Amino acid sequence: MGLLSLALLLTHLFTDWLDPVVSKLQVLTTPFYKVVNTPGDLYRWGSDSMVSREELEQQNATMKAELAILKRKLQQMGALAAENVRLRQLLNSAKIISDRVLVAELISVSPDPLLHSVTLNKGIKDGVYVGQPLLDAHGLMGQVTEVGDHQSRALLITDATHALPVQVNRNGVRAVAEGVGDLYRLELRHLANTVDIRKGDLLVSSGLGQRFPVGYPVAEVMSVSRDPGQPFAKVDVRPKAQLNRSRHVLLVFSEEQALNNPGFLDKGAAGGSDQSP
Amino acid sequence: MALIKAHNRWVIPLTYIVALLLCVFPLVYEGRWLRPEFLALVVIFWVVRMPQQVSMTLILAMACLQDLLEGGHLGQHGLALVAVAYLALLLEARIKHYVMWQQALVVLFMVMAHQLVDNWVHSFQGGAAANLEFLMPAFTSAMIWPLVQMGMERLRLRLRVS
Repeated sequence: MGLLSLALLLTHLFTDWLDPVVSKLQVLTTPFYKVVNTPGDLYRWGSDSMVSREELEQQNATMKAELAILKRKLQQMGALAAENVRLRQLLNSAKIISDRVLVAELISVSPDPLLHSVTLNKGIKDGVYVGQPLLDAHGLMGQVTEVGDHQSRALLITDATHALPVQVNRNGVRAVAEGVGDLYRLELRHLANTVDIRKGDLLVSSGLGQRFPVGYPVAEVMSVSRDPGQPFAKVDVRPKAQLNRSRHVLLVFSEEQALNNPGFLDKGAAGGSDQSP
Repeated sequence: MALIKAHNRWVIPLTYIVALLLCVFPLVYEGRWLRPEFLALVVIFWVVRMPQQVSMTLILAMACLQDLLEGGHLGQHGLALVAVAYLALLLEARIKHYVMWQQALVVLFMVMAHQLVDNWVHSFQGGAAANLEFLMPAFTSAMIWPLVQMGMERLRLRLRVS
């Protein structure tokens, strides 16, 4: 029996023969998540349906105010985006394409402390594909690694096996942000001591890995320590995305992917997708 | 050896399922290392109580289900759990006669072995724990063992599982 499980393990580790099996078997896990999420759902339902009228009114007022502020910003954004497109045309550079997104919900976070991955309630049937970037309202969260029919699993950027190309928003210095297995920390590896990076810098995705779209916020630099005895600076950054708070997340369909695999657009449109500016 | 008539054996898989549910129950991030290995505890209990009747295949299947739930590699928990079940099978004649704190001590070492195998598999993908904190679940499992043992023993006697 031990040999059998070892054989199973090695097959899954070093080949991809078992991947289709795993994605089919994911169906088995759904009832577990359903049961385990019931107390939380009940609590949320209770706190949603037992709110006083004043509270709701107040919430409504704040949301209206917030909406007005955001709309004002959006008005400016429209003009700026148009101007940006014109300027880019003048420079003969490629258009920045707007990405389509699909709203998904987290149904489980991996209970294994050494594995930072989450399960989402959208799968192949909604057009989700392996490698698809995952965002929340604050920044980049991770990428999809396994897809089942109706659910998928995504690896977070803080997982010890994950790395993504970023650049400093201020001056465009490129780096690779690696997860270290801590939900509140990423590291920038192999950054020379003389590189211009300081505390408070915003890191955005650079799109160099061809996997993540350009320009989404990834992390903020928390500390930079330059030790002349060490070949590289030690840079600690904190992910922008609220990796253990966000419940509703966004799956981004980049247009290139859609062009490579026609059908994604039609399938994705069936879900609760919308156009992001 | 006289053949024991099967009675209420469905309780065994049911307890495995409950243990799996506890394994994926959401915990706060800060408490991530405090979760006991419930499935290992339940497996130890049944192996010690009914060494001739528990099915290793079922244990392996449950471990694979745990891998699916936690997003690990298939067989990762299988390897660890089969190791634990083997240890329990070796020691069952003694464990049965131990008092509670001695049992908890044995459980501590068995769950430690479980965690070692688990961490070894993680190290294949470069995601091994940075320090010894991965042994924490062994301590919490040992602490919760008396509770699990007494509760399940009561369940077993009530339903006359054999």
